[in-house]
Amino acid sequence: MKAKIVITPKKAVLDPQGKTVQSALEHMGYTGVAGVHVGKYIEIDLAPGTDREAARQALDTACHRFLSNPVIEDYKLEIAD
Amino acid sequence: MHFAVLQFPASNCDQDCVHGIRVLGHTAGLVWHKDTTLGAPDAVIVPGGFSYGDYLRCGAIARFSPVMQAVKQFADNGGLVLGICNGFQILCEAGLLPGALVRNRDLQFHCEQVFLKTASRTSPFTSQIPAGKILRIPIAHGEGCYFADAETLAQLQAGDQILWQYCDQAGELSEPANPNGSLLNIAGICNAARNVAGLMPHPDRASEPLLGSTDGRLIFASMLHALAQRTAPAAVAAAAPVAQAA
Repeated sequence: MKAKIVITPKKAVLDPQGKTVQSALEHMGYTGVAGVHVGKYIEIDLAPGTDREAARQALDTACHRFLSNPVIEDYKLEIAD
Repeated sequence: MHFAVLQFPASNCDQDCVHGIRVLGHTAGLVWHKDTTLGAPDAVIVPGGFSYGDYLRCGAIARFSPVMQAVKQFADNGGLVLGICNGFQILCEAGLLPGALVRNRDLQFHCEQVFLKTASRTSPFTSQIPAGKILRIPIAHGEGCYFADAETLAQLQAGDQILWQYCDQAGELSEPANPNGSLLNIAGICNAARNVAGLMPHPDRASEPLLGSTDGRLIFASMLHALAQRTAPAAVAAAAPVAQAA
């Protein structure tokens, strides 16, 4: 079992990396790109026998306290098999 | 007075801060990040560097180190805490200061001299900076763009918590003078209680004529002045406004 966490910058926060990647895509001829947001992906391997719901709750807290900064970032947490 | 200067793995301005205090005739000592107590300092400096390799986010891991619990307690009791550069990032991550520092808007690491306007002289970190003086102090950072939501920014303005702003040589807050895209040209702020402050520029690297500027000393001198007032007998404190008026 794995926890998959995707962290993205909040919409209100300046994302120069996303803007630069968007501009590069446009220069390469990719049309229809309305926005690019560059974030982080964290994968956590969970020990065998871990309770799924308990892990989700604990990691949700960890995402809020440590893995993301709620002032500037949003996160999505998924527990996958 | 005695200053505690924290030392994390990859702090690199800790000795500069110690020197910045000693050159003013006071003492400073290093406190290791695994220590759970600070000793009995009069003030704390969280220095610049790349604590824990800047992994995850700048300051995100350092804020959970044992020594930061002691710093939080020291701040909660009204102690003076100054965070410089990475120290500012750590204090924001720790929730001791509002907002966050994100990637510079041009994605470049900036290592250069900047000009700073002191937006509020009513703080233990700015009181000894002469009115109208434009400070010349270096920056060295890749993640120094100050961000806070609109509500927090309004609170900072209403509470007179913006201490320093990037400006040009004439003191104008302009876009070209803003090296990193910080909102409202913010270079440094303090908390609502005014005993915790952080700034991205390095007063520690502007504390000797050999370094090109001694303007940084004014920030340390302000802290020393505030500490002296705290320990001064009541009669001396009462006489201070008269001396200022004269």
